[in-house]
Amino acid sequence: MSFDAAYQSQKFKSVGSRPLRPDGVDKVTGRARYGADFNMPGQLVARVLRSPHAHARIVSIDTARAEAVKGVKAVVTAADLPDLTNGDGALFAVLDNCMARTKALYDGHAVAAVAAIDEKSAKAALKLIDIEYEVLPHVVDVDAATRADAPILNDTVFTSGVTPAPDKPSNVANRSEFGHGDVDAGFEQADFIVERSYKTEQTHQGYIEPHACVANCNSDGTAELWVCTQGHFVYRQTCADLLGLEVSKLRVTSSEIGGGFGGKTHVWAEPVALALSRKAGRPVKLVMSREEVFRASGPTSATSIDVKIGARKDGKITAATATLRYTSGPYADMWAELGAMTSFACYDLANVKTVGFEVIVNRPKVAAYRAPSAPMAAFAVESAIDELAHKIGMDAVAFRIKNAAREGSKSSYGPVYGPIGIGPTLEAAQSHPHMSAPLGENQGRGMACGFWFNFGGQTCSDLNINADGTVTLAVGTVDVGGSRASLSLIAAEELGIDYQDVKAVIADTATLGYNDMTDGSRGTFSTSMATISAARNAIETMRARAALTWDIPVDDVFWEDGHAKAMGTKYGNLAPLSVKDIAAEAGNTGGPIAGHSEMVADGAGVSFATHICDVEVDPETGSTRIVRYTVIQDAGKAVHPSYVEGQYQGGAAQGIGWALNEEYIYGEDGRLQNPGFLDYRIPVCSDLPMIDTQILEIPNPNHPYGVRGVGETSIVPPLAAIANAVSNAAGVRMSHIPMSPPRILAALNAEKGK
Amino acid sequence: MVEVTLWGGLVPLADNQKTLTVEAGTIRDVLRALQERYPALSGPIRNEVAVVVDGVVYRNDWSREIPEGAEVFLMRRLAGG
Repeated sequence: MSFDAAYQSQKFKSVGSRPLRPDGVDKVTGRARYGADFNMPGQLVARVLRSPHAHARIVSIDTARAEAVKGVKAVVTAADLPDLTNGDGALFAVLDNCMARTKALYDGHAVAAVAAIDEKSAKAALKLIDIEYEVLPHVVDVDAATRADAPILNDTVFTSGVTPAPDKPSNVANRSEFGHGDVDAGFEQADFIVERSYKTEQTHQGYIEPHACVANCNSDGTAELWVCTQGHFVYRQTCADLLGLEVSKLRVTSSEIGGGFGGKTHVWAEPVALALSRKAGRPVKLVMSREEVFRASGPTSATSIDVKIGARKDGKITAATATLRYTSGPYADMWAELGAMTSFACYDLANVKTVGFEVIVNRPKVAAYRAPSAPMAAFAVESAIDELAHKIGMDAVAFRIKNAAREGSKSSYGPVYGPIGIGPTLEAAQSHPHMSAPLGENQGRGMACGFWFNFGGQTCSDLNINADGTVTLAVGTVDVGGSRASLSLIAAEELGIDYQDVKAVIADTATLGYNDMTDGSRGTFSTSMATISAARNAIETMRARAALTWDIPVDDVFWEDGHAKAMGTKYGNLAPLSVKDIAAEAGNTGGPIAGHSEMVADGAGVSFATHICDVEVDPETGSTRIVRYTVIQDAGKAVHPSYVEGQYQGGAAQGIGWALNEEYIYGEDGRLQNPGFLDYRIPVCSDLPMIDTQILEIPNPNHPYGVRGVGETSIVPPLAAIANAVSNAAGVRMSHIPMSPPRILAALNAEKGK
Repeated sequence: MVEVTLWGGLVPLADNQKTLTVEAGTIRDVLRALQERYPALSGPIRNEVAVVVDGVVYRNDWSREIPEGAEVFLMRRLAGG
């Protein structure tokens, strides 16, 4: 059914209010069921054996001794997950990552798994799996991996995107390029040029809930999977493809989710749990430990980026270039390409060129992390922009405003922008009291902009009018940030009923049509559109039922304020019928009442944010404290403003951790040395000030209520904003993230020694 | 007629042309015309393409009409978090 998604200005009753979250009580009382909280009768416990080597050929695996352990019901290796990927390279990478086939490609790569009646038996069996490895030279550093003498991870990888095509394999899987104009001519026109190299270390999404699932394969070919995921329909498809199951026979139910941030868009444990269950003939529960989460799931890319920007004395940028090298783990991907696309997207540039190199290394397969690849590119570019503003002697905000992209600007990744919101975020920053607040001793202020592509996708919703007039809304996008509340508000708004009368649930894969994942900041954007459509369809049915009740033509019935009303004066004595009235009579007016919607929600529109940050740097220890932090971002229309603020604050908090402390540290042996929250330190509440937010509402023309996605952009500016603040506080330019105390102290000491 | 700009990775598959002109009223028409002219584009178009029309990214809505004079880019489908 066609649906007009165009924005229509209207006054809202429910949208924009801040009701209590529907999942709050369950979560704070422990009733909410996460991935590990589900159990089945006769369930086995699974444990995974992981490679202790960063790079090694698997010469042989002998599981006989493990299988003989009392209580062990199944042992699986790659032999139990045959290659059914039919030449699909991306799917093969997923398969190989779930269970190493010929080589272990990073410390923590799964090589075998056991299902047993209890944890003790499973652990005992892991120790009895005999594996002969041929240890190979490894490389984990992004720059080292590109050198001519680097160990080659994969003999079949030849750099694509270069001419002539190379005849030797390389760890650089692809080169991509974006831009327009003539950068050499542009630099000729520049009065000032800043050129600097930057590095960012690999971080993990740091979700508090580890990956967890319960899999059950039955002898009749049916299977069930209970799992913590951002996209149960996508997990169903991927697992069915990898295990040769029929999609309709695999039912996947998503649990509550204790954080995902992009890291739960990929399968790791799930195909292994299904393979174990298939072999054992019993349900299998597989819960990853925190150490396994760090070593074998997630993380984002480590990067090495060179930036050069030139500007005239009047502050106009004349040319900009960036060369971006991103690790993707041992499998080729497009993370550097995303960095190359986003790096200068905030600016209106006549001459710009960005080049991305995808670098494969002996680290875990990179997964998306909230606006993937954009934060690192923004760190490098926004640091150089800030340095250039200083060099010219311009205010950093004014410099950005002068060069900001606007409607009609040709973006650095190609297309010309329509109406966009970076200007308003910068102007809001310029006039924000934070920008003029006094700073104390050893304190500095920084600001930065960020860009991200949002997107929509395939979406399906059911809205059921219950017999008592309450509404059940079944959606297929996993609620990662409060969407059940915002979607209930949307349904209430459209139907004209109370928020309390709507209950939103996440339907499983057997009870609703296909939905793409909750990623790309699409959850509320897409499913609100489907909810509006479903509600309007239900209203059409209710109008027809009212017409039947009154025995008048349906065209004479209209919907207003949650009631069917008869049109004109000729039906003046007919009292309006509420949803409850119509629902009560449904059995005698045609049966159950529901509205359905299946759609592609496209046209999400790009997103911009500006952040301001004050820090205090202790010159004796190099330790940094965030003193004040402000996020300014366009939400289009904030459906539930508290959740929008939560997304802004969450992105900033994760960015603060990334900027100041978080990093994967590898030893000389290529093994991860800090796979735990004690040694990999994410920010806790006591590390952070209250993060202030300013929500701008510039309606998205491609959504009926003007809604934009808000989940990702907030992590793009923090690395740069904090780096600029630290550099201003310490008086030395910081070009390596994280700016941990030792790194800041080293920079301060180097500066003193000059 | 619609002028379509390809991303760099597609250029070698389209006789090294960065920009192509096709007869098209919708995104679907654009993609069909490109595949007919350059069959090597079929793989990427099936698996990894998004289409940008006047600055707005479309990943699935191939029925979207293309306004007269619109700017059309083919872009790789993005990952998101």
